Amino acid sequence: MRTILLVLTAMAVIGLAVWAYQENYRTQHATVETERLQRQIGEARSRLAMLKAEWAYLNRPERLRDLAEINYYDLQLLPLRPEQFGKIDQVAYPPTGLVFDLSDAVDVSSQGDWP
Amino acid sequence: MIRKPLRPLASILRARDKGENPDVIERENIRQRHEEMRDTGRARAEGRLFIMAILFFGAFITVGARMGIVSYSEAVEPRTSYSVSKIVAQRADIVDRKGRILATNLETNSLYAQPHHMIDKERVATELVAIFPELDEGRLKKDFTGSRKFLWIKKKLSPEQKQAVHDIGDPGLQFGAREMRLYPNGKLAAHVLGGASFGKEDVHAAEVIGVAGVEKQFDAELRDPANGGKALTLSLDLTVQTAAERVLHGGMKLMNAKGAAAVLMDVHTGELISLISLPDFDPNDRPRPKIKGHASDSPLFNRAVQGLYELGSTFKIFTAAQAMELGLASPSTLIKTSGPLRWGKFKIRDFHYYGSELSLTKVIVKSSNIGTARMAQVIGAKRQQDFLRDLGFFDPTSVEVVEASGIQPLLPSNWSELSTMTISYGHGLSASPLHLAAGYATIANGGTRVLPTLLKRETAQEGRRVMSQTSAEQARRMLRKVVTEGTASFGEVPGYAVGGKTGTADKPKENGGGYYDDRVIATFASIFPIHAPRYVLVVSLDEPIETSGPEPRRTAGWTAVPVAAEIITRVAPLLGLRPDVEPGHLADITLTSN
Repeated sequence: MRTILLVLTAMAVIGLAVWAYQENYRTQHATVETERLQRQIGEARSRLAMLKAEWAYLNRPERLRDLAEINYYDLQLLPLRPEQFGKIDQVAYPPTGLVFDLSDAVDVSSQGDWP
Repeated sequence: MIRKPLRPLASILRARDKGENPDVIERENIRQRHEEMRDTGRARAEGRLFIMAILFFGAFITVGARMGIVSYSEAVEPRTSYSVSKIVAQRADIVDRKGRILATNLETNSLYAQPHHMIDKERVATELVAIFPELDEGRLKKDFTGSRKFLWIKKKLSPEQKQAVHDIGDPGLQFGAREMRLYPNGKLAAHVLGGASFGKEDVHAAEVIGVAGVEKQFDAELRDPANGGKALTLSLDLTVQTAAERVLHGGMKLMNAKGAAAVLMDVHTGELISLISLPDFDPNDRPRPKIKGHASDSPLFNRAVQGLYELGSTFKIFTAAQAMELGLASPSTLIKTSGPLRWGKFKIRDFHYYGSELSLTKVIVKSSNIGTARMAQVIGAKRQQDFLRDLGFFDPTSVEVVEASGIQPLLPSNWSELSTMTISYGHGLSASPLHLAAGYATIANGGTRVLPTLLKRETAQEGRRVMSQTSAEQARRMLRKVVTEGTASFGEVPGYAVGGKTGTADKPKENGGGYYDDRVIATFASIFPIHAPRYVLVVSLDEPIETSGPEPRRTAGWTAVPVAAEIITRVAPLLGLRPDVEPGHLADITLTSN
């Protein structure tokens, strides 16, 4: 009986040691992984900051204004004027009973040429 | 354990045979047993003490060793914590009220040289000058061949420049990581943002510190790591600022003015939606302050905040409002305007002769100096001072740019009766356009004090009441009449019911001794829409001349007013204001009883 107890205890100790060893290695692995991820997050953040800065730079009002002027022929963009405010009752209801006959995926309908 | 019996039969029998006393044997045995018990007891006690000693020793060694390790080891970032680590930029961004970036950071490199590591010093100097033409080749050669071991060459490099320097391929040229401040919108809102530069510099990093504007005002907050990189949200609106700046710039050129300023302010919250001073500068490449000449000639000078000007007739509405508040006059009270009004040697004149009497409304509409001065005489110096102090004309504005705190309006040292009279129509007291905007905001919001702010806020300011709702409303009605039938007729913007007051003040000579005849500050302070006031716009032009007519015109009605009207036309739709038909004014009903 005593021997069995002794053997069981010894085996339990060995088992726990193996478990602790594995846990230790898993922890170290997780730590390394965390560090790698945090480095990635840091890089992503700095890249994001750079992209945001670039986005802001490309969208600076001066550039957009120049682009709108250069592309006036295509886009016909003008500054917003007070006359452009409308009321909801100025908008016509869409005509009813409109049927599109589109068989092909790239067909475009010009039916009902209302704005 | 087999215990030895106290009276072993063999020994007892033997002792009896010899005739000895067997009790002696028993006592002897008891004694021996006691000695054994004492020995084992001591051994056990000693063992326990030894274990305790080892335990205590171990514990103290552990504590001591841990203390030693903690004090000698370098601090490391905790690697296994669960919190989301925030790797944030050195300095927080600045964004406008809708979250669009006004200032952000960019990673870049600086270039430094260690001449003692350099191989071909002459060639390096020549090639550096080829990349950076602004460097002085002779100077570089002297530095490289001299005794210096370290020198900065450029503080910021573009990626292209960095590659070009790489291609020189000399080990004596080194790069240091840098974070630089970037203002992606260039000159836009330059005076508000201010600018940033490097503080303490090292090879690996450099401090970025604000040098002016909000960057300096909020330097500590922007750099505080505890903020977690939270962006500073300003009250400015990028779109509105752009549109207003464009119109103002065009207006300044058209009116041949040398400078211009505009302030657009929400009358309830005190938020500055747009704050412009022209000429402006690029905060990415902030020019050096001028050493010679007047500060206002530098583009760094913020006319809207720092410029103290006599704001002219725009002040008249304050006199009128106070007269109505004190019950001294009503809008229809007749005031003598025959002139000139003499006070000692001094004569107060009007631009035209307006007849001998005008109603208070007409005094404002026609902008009569004489009429206003007479009102001020009745009000008196003390009450006028109190009123202007309540409106904020005695203190620097509260706006959050670092320049504002030092801008004390110029008040007369001796507030005589003559001062009272001249100040009533805006001469003899110099204040900034921002002060004026805050004053008009009080009239616009129904009579409570508003402190202008550059930080976004959601709620209206509950300021101190300066005048009653009625006086403010009557003053607003007068301002509307100035536009519909008075000096600011160009200020009418259909749908937005602009009300405002013009002001044309002669510029004082820099060296003292009177005023220039041909240099004016033209100001238009306006409120729109007048029936439900939302915004105050102050436009000020420095030395404008309008030359479309046969003779040059300088009055604000011909210069500042059309510019302001165009700004309102452009900006009001952007602010989401729908053009509206002004509700008709019902005839006043006087309640009487008999």
